[in-house]
Amino acid sequence: MLVDKIKNIAPEAEIDENGILTVTVEPAKYRELALRLKEERDLSFDFMICMTGMDWGDSLGVINLLQSTVHEHKLFLKTFTTDRENPELPTVSDIWATANLNEREVYDFLGIRFINHPDMRRLFLRNDWIGYPLRKDYDANPEINPVPLESEETLDATSTFEINPKDGEISEKENILFEENEYVVNIGPQHPATHGVLRFRVSLEGEIVKKVDVNCGYIHRGIEKLCESLTYPQTLALTDRLDYLAAHQNRHALCMCIEEALGLEIPERVKYIRTIMDELNRLSSHLLFWSCLCMDMGALTAFFYGFRDREKVLDIMEETTGGRLIQNYNVIGGVMADIHPNLIKRIKEFVKYLPPMIKEYHDVFTGNVIAQQRLKGVGILKKEDAISYGASGPTGRACGWSCDVRKHTPYGAYDKVDFKEILHSEGDSFARYMVRMEEILESLHILEQLVDNIPAGDYAVKTKPLIKLPEGHYFKSVEASRGEFGVYLESRGDKYPYRVKFRSPCLPLVSIVDLITKGGKIADLIAIGGTLDYVVPDIDR
Amino acid sequence: MKYEEFNDNEYLEQLRASGTNVIVGCLDDVINWGRSNSLWPLTFATSCCGIEFMAVGAARYDFSRFGFEVTRASPRQADFIMVAGTIVHKMAPVLKRLYDQMAEPKYVIAVGGCAISGGPFKNSYHVVQGVDSIIPVDVYIPGCPPRPEALLYGMIQLQRKVKVERFLGGKNHKEKENKE
Amino acid sequence: MFDFSTITQWVDELLRSFLPHAAATLVEFILIGLCLLVGYAVIALVLIYVERKVCAFFQCRIGPNRVGPYGTIQSVADMIKMLTKEIIDINHIDRFLFNLAPFVVIIASVLAFGCIPFAKGLHVIDFNVGIFFLIAVSSIGIVGILLAGWASNNKYSLIGAMRSGAQMISYELSIGLSILTVVVFTGSMQLSTIVEGQADGWLLFRGHIPACIAFIVYIIAGTAETNRGPFDLPEADSELTAGYHTEYSGMHFGFFYLAEYLNMFVVASVASTLFLGGWMPLHIPGWESFNQIMDYIPSIFWFFGKTAVVIFIIMWFKWTFPRLRIDQLLRLEWRYLLPINLINLFLMVIIVVFKLHF
Repeated sequence: MLVDKIKNIAPEAEIDENGILTVTVEPAKYRELALRLKEERDLSFDFMICMTGMDWGDSLGVINLLQSTVHEHKLFLKTFTTDRENPELPTVSDIWATANLNEREVYDFLGIRFINHPDMRRLFLRNDWIGYPLRKDYDANPEINPVPLESEETLDATSTFEINPKDGEISEKENILFEENEYVVNIGPQHPATHGVLRFRVSLEGEIVKKVDVNCGYIHRGIEKLCESLTYPQTLALTDRLDYLAAHQNRHALCMCIEEALGLEIPERVKYIRTIMDELNRLSSHLLFWSCLCMDMGALTAFFYGFRDREKVLDIMEETTGGRLIQNYNVIGGVMADIHPNLIKRIKEFVKYLPPMIKEYHDVFTGNVIAQQRLKGVGILKKEDAISYGASGPTGRACGWSCDVRKHTPYGAYDKVDFKEILHSEGDSFARYMVRMEEILESLHILEQLVDNIPAGDYAVKTKPLIKLPEGHYFKSVEASRGEFGVYLESRGDKYPYRVKFRSPCLPLVSIVDLITKGGKIADLIAIGGTLDYVVPDIDR
Repeated sequence: MKYEEFNDNEYLEQLRASGTNVIVGCLDDVINWGRSNSLWPLTFATSCCGIEFMAVGAARYDFSRFGFEVTRASPRQADFIMVAGTIVHKMAPVLKRLYDQMAEPKYVIAVGGCAISGGPFKNSYHVVQGVDSIIPVDVYIPGCPPRPEALLYGMIQLQRKVKVERFLGGKNHKEKENKE
Repeated sequence: MFDFSTITQWVDELLRSFLPHAAATLVEFILIGLCLLVGYAVIALVLIYVERKVCAFFQCRIGPNRVGPYGTIQSVADMIKMLTKEIIDINHIDRFLFNLAPFVVIIASVLAFGCIPFAKGLHVIDFNVGIFFLIAVSSIGIVGILLAGWASNNKYSLIGAMRSGAQMISYELSIGLSILTVVVFTGSMQLSTIVEGQADGWLLFRGHIPACIAFIVYIIAGTAETNRGPFDLPEADSELTAGYHTEYSGMHFGFFYLAEYLNMFVVASVASTLFLGGWMPLHIPGWESFNQIMDYIPSIFWFFGKTAVVIFIIMWFKWTFPRLRIDQLLRLEWRYLLPINLINLFLMVIIVVFKLHF
């Protein structure tokens, strides 16, 4: 019936009903269909999960994964252009705000220009970068792009490509980001509060923030391109290093995606082990969030308390997986090794140990007048904005958007445990903070239920060393510590993936910084950055 | 590796074997003692290794015991820079500038596979193949990411290296020879 | 009780016995200056060490313990390093002001340091407007900070300096008013008289409620004056990298670093002088034998003991509270502390006029 509705709107669209519904349209009809998909009440695809730029060889294009937060149905929307010299597509950044940065990413990697996009600058690479790396004919010769020793010039202006409706001519219009006499301060890339190498250009009026311009790419490692030359088991190692605080969850997503494509049946024991590890990872990540937020806000002692307890989680994980931060534990078809005999005992101890500590955290930090005043009512994000920007995870849940993948499309052993999805409605920094603090307790609750019931069985199913996925495209997502982490995988039947795209939860998070910081103080920017809790390598990939 | 076979960079102290003036040498010893016991790191981290760097500063590993306590956010006041994480093309000029902004004496520790050689991302189009192509590195700490113990070991190796330096009686290792 | 003036008089007579008057005075000046500077440096080093240990214990760590026994000479190593570190010559700055700023800051804190009565008879500058002089010289430091921020030609520094300006000017009011409360009570601005006046009981006890309020306000405002957490906005690590001293390296930065600790000492010692009786032992009227036992403890220990307690309190809240935001900081001063202080001053006047104190 979804098919019928779409056929009604766009009769000429090509529809593939295999797996998730895939709709392919001409660029001319693309914008109109996108608009209708979002606006029509029984469709209402209001959440763009991810936008993937594609090079299909003969054509360039994008493939968008859309979801409706009301009806919970999903759809791939695909469009393409055969012009490889000057590829142009209409923008959808005014329909889904998250497309703004995503289209810049596509422009950066594939050179597709989006007509009427307000800000057509490169997102990750330098402005003087030659070539578009994700094109299949990209020349990776290091002599073309040598390691630069001079910083690029920072642009204060950006451009929009407009199409003249009469003659179809494309003209370039200049948009000014920062005026000549504005007091623009660079925060980052080397700054203690940006959690890595993110760069904000902040226009200030006294202490008040007028505008924030996000500059990414200072840790863009080209993981997606690297994956295209690695076999499937090899690609796994790189996911751990995306969002290193959710290493296990990221890898879980890629493993599930590949397993689904292979049609591999996973033993129950593996599902339990993976779920336990995911939750331990979430615990360590949220504890780190608390520590770093406190440190950013100047409460240094709290930082050490958080790290003290985080070390205990790492100990538990280390015993089984052998890694502290990056575990390399999931493999296709299972996990690398069986759990350590101590695991169950230690998790039980830890489940008892942490709640009093959380109470201490609340005593030390949450209850403090200064902390409350600096977080409450600061950086308010509305639910519509969260959906439009795709800011899922604790950030989305803090403004009342029920977006927990564990609840909506359960994977692993999440359908067997009883847990609450933490929802707050205020949407301010304090709500984001509290969501995470409550999720810590919820994770403990999940662990408590799982740890006694790990079924017996194999810890992995045997797979061939060379894995070839059947042709097609696949998407699988998990709830990582910071939001929905998804893997889009396109295969042409080779032992290498044709295209891998990671839907990073942190890219939407940085895109809302400008929206929710405007009018706040510099100190608010730091607090908002702390509560959004982005991890920069995950943004840049 | 067996513990007995572990070779703890024994050549390091030999660097100073050639002898020096007693008074100047003693002064050097005092200065080096001060410098080596008060190495303040720059808070600089690009990726995963940075989290382990934070862990070294935190309660369990606590590098303040050795005098690394004061992490400075301003490069002007830091003594060494821990390149913890991947350095990519866009970041390379920034790293170089940070290094140039630091006051002498300054040291560099390359932490993790990425900073040493590009690590798992060696084949990427946007990753610098080892920071030593941009700035001089004093100590390499391999690992992906290295454990906090390894980080501490590397930092103590840097202390040893500082101790054999010559400030007054001889040449500082950083000075470039002018070949004309 | 041992009076340090016996030593100073002995030195004075010794010098005058073989030197002409002017020369003897000159030698005394130099001696006093040297003693002050040495004391200044030693106290700063000790404080740096103590701060690290105290914060380590708050944070379930050990803190420095490799350099010397229990890490005691850690700060000496820091000092040696700092002295031999390069002072970078930066382009595009106002060179004269840039180089002047750290000296202004350090001179202000040395001058303030000189006013403090360390023990009975151990007092460098003591004249009838002593406390007024102390406030005056200690606020010169802010000029140094503003200069540092302005001359650095760095946006972070400028924001830091402006914050610091706003903060210091506001909190100076609270400090002044809470000190005025004490002056009203003791009827003197001379530090020695204020200390002598507390022989029968420390002001905190004698002046009861208004004195306690003034003490608390003083501690809050004093912490703000020294730019320490939770009022460390001018250098706020996580916001402005290093605030007004971002561009300073080597010993120039060392001056700011030393001055920060010494200012904390000055604030704490003024607090103990004004409210806790300075070097005066704990006397309880009526308990004669107890008072005599207390007198056996040398006055210098009393002074440093009390100061240490106040310093510990200041450190305690630095390591506990998160940082304030600039508008909250100013609101705290103008909305709460200032009115409280004014009412408190009025209360104190009533108490003094009607002799309601002990």
